Amino acid sequence: MRAEGRASEALLVEGLTKSFGSLAVLRGIDLAVAEHEVICLIGASGSGKSTLLRCVNLLEPIDAGRIVVGGQEITAARVDVDRVRRSIGIVFQAFNLFPHLRVIDNITLAPRRVLGRDRGAAEAAATDLLRRFGLEDKRLEYPDRLSGGQQQRVAIVRALAMEPQLLLLDEITSALDPELIAEVLDVVRELARGGMTMLIATHEMGFARDVADRVAFLDQGRMLEIGPPAAILSEPREPRTRQFLQRVIAAGRL
Amino acid sequence: MIGSGPAESGSIPPVAAGRRARLLPAPGDRRGFGIAIVSTVIVFGLLGFVIVSSAGWPRVQQSFFDPATFEASWPRVTRAFWVNVQLFLLAEALVLVLGLVIAVLRSLPGAALAPIRLLATAYVDLFRALPGILVISMLGFGVPALRIEGLPTDEFFWALVALTLLYSAYVSEVYRAGIDSIHPSQAAAARSLGLSQLQAMRFVVVPQAIRRVIPPLLNDFIGLQKDTALVSVLGVVEVFRAAQIRQAATFNSTPYVITAIIFLLLTVPMARLVDWLVRRQQRRSAAGAR
Ligand SMILES: Nc1ncnc2c1ncn2[C@@H]1O[C@H](COP(=O)(O)OP(=O)(O)OP(=O)(O)O)[C@@H](O)[C@H]1O
Ligand SMILES: [Mg+2]
Repeated sequence: MRAEGRASEALLVEGLTKSFGSLAVLRGIDLAVAEHEVICLIGASGSGKSTLLRCVNLLEPIDAGRIVVGGQEITAARVDVDRVRRSIGIVFQAFNLFPHLRVIDNITLAPRRVLGRDRGAAEAAATDLLRRFGLEDKRLEYPDRLSGGQQQRVAIVRALAMEPQLLLLDEITSALDPELIAEVLDVVRELARGGMTMLIATHEMGFARDVADRVAFLDQGRMLEIGPPAAILSEPREPRTRQFLQRVIAAGRL
Repeated sequence: MIGSGPAESGSIPPVAAGRRARLLPAPGDRRGFGIAIVSTVIVFGLLGFVIVSSAGWPRVQQSFFDPATFEASWPRVTRAFWVNVQLFLLAEALVLVLGLVIAVLRSLPGAALAPIRLLATAYVDLFRALPGILVISMLGFGVPALRIEGLPTDEFFWALVALTLLYSAYVSEVYRAGIDSIHPSQAAAARSLGLSQLQAMRFVVVPQAIRRVIPPLLNDFIGLQKDTALVSVLGVVEVFRAAQIRQAATFNSTPYVITAIIFLLLTVPMARLVDWLVRRQQRRSAAGAR
């Protein structure tokens, strides 16, 4: 592992570009996330938020630029992608729990098979996490017996069980009924208090204002501005950011 | 000819596609049930009457339904059926494994694995194209004729190899349809947790795929069980060959009817089971659709 970037940087993205065919989805993204920092990505649908997160987790190959996580350049040739993914957790909009496995087995699968933990230790750790998020009584249920909010909290616990250095959350409340959103956002707030480094794509502006150290506005694959939530959400510099926020306010989401 | 390949290989039961016609109206539907019973009795009664009153019936009855021959042949023919049972049980166990291996090989992405995918595809195409009886004959007569030192010459062995190769091709297609039916986000979620390509297959994709393909898999097994009769061409004394021998000895075809009864007793319950499983799956996916 080479020491690159400043030691306090959990994630460094430089000149990241990514196209799908002729569609340029990310056009030169630069972003530095400090350790324990929480950054919220906002922007219109199709602006590239999910793609950025998927690139950081190496679920999408990138075209140019580099990504450094915990001092290691993960976009270098010959990087062991499985090893990289171990230290980066991602939670998806659609939960993507494994429907054939009980909650406890969803959570312990990777610690056991990837980290080689024995079942007892993995289950004890998983049970601790479930207790912390009020899901202990669901440990033996199958995912389809849980509410959407519970499923999403299990998905977060599943990512946390790998003890990631960096957690990526991709619109994790978008698929939820309004009354279930709060319980999931509370979990994220609790993680932020605990010092988890997070990069969060979200449409919940109130939540972004509340939890983010910085908010970044993405527009057509470019990061137009980034700064403290109060500045970006209340006094945006860029006309496009203002436009976007006005539309969000009109839709009643601020 | 008995059996000529699986009926619905590769097909995944459609997910809750409207209401399927029931075999009989629900018992609760008194009037419908009554009508169904009466019309069934009339149709089959008429059919039976036409057959029994036909000019040739007495001769047919004598040569196919002779009680004395039935009684005398039943023990030998049923005993020979154990050869079929051994054959299909062994073949089924091997097919389950080989079919899955082929399916997984064909489903692995990556440019470097192209030759493996190509080989697996060629295998499947080859054995799906050839008539079963041809493969059985070529392997059963051809390979022993090579007289290669160390290779078994036993007909049962080559019959087993032929059936396994044939049905692994069909079953691998069933598995593959199942694997393809699992949404890519499942594999992505597994990979994002650090599981390797193969681990994601093994722990996440394949277990879900297998559950979905159990009914079409059983359908293929019905075909396999019937096709065990084909290995009679190699001279293996299985149920059909035993019936032939009895027929030659008694100049009476009742042993064939015995064979038919045995296959009916084996296959009809299995076909009902498959039907029931498919219905259950449809009910579940209709109920659990989120
Ligand atoms: N696998 C893919 N193949 C082709 N195009 C893609 C693919 N994934 C994303 N895109 C396109 O890339 C663009 C950015 O998509 P992305 O999902 O990153 O946007 P987003 O900001 O997350 O939007 P949303 O808020 O709707 O989730 C969109 O135009 C989308 O259609
Ligand atoms: Mg998105």
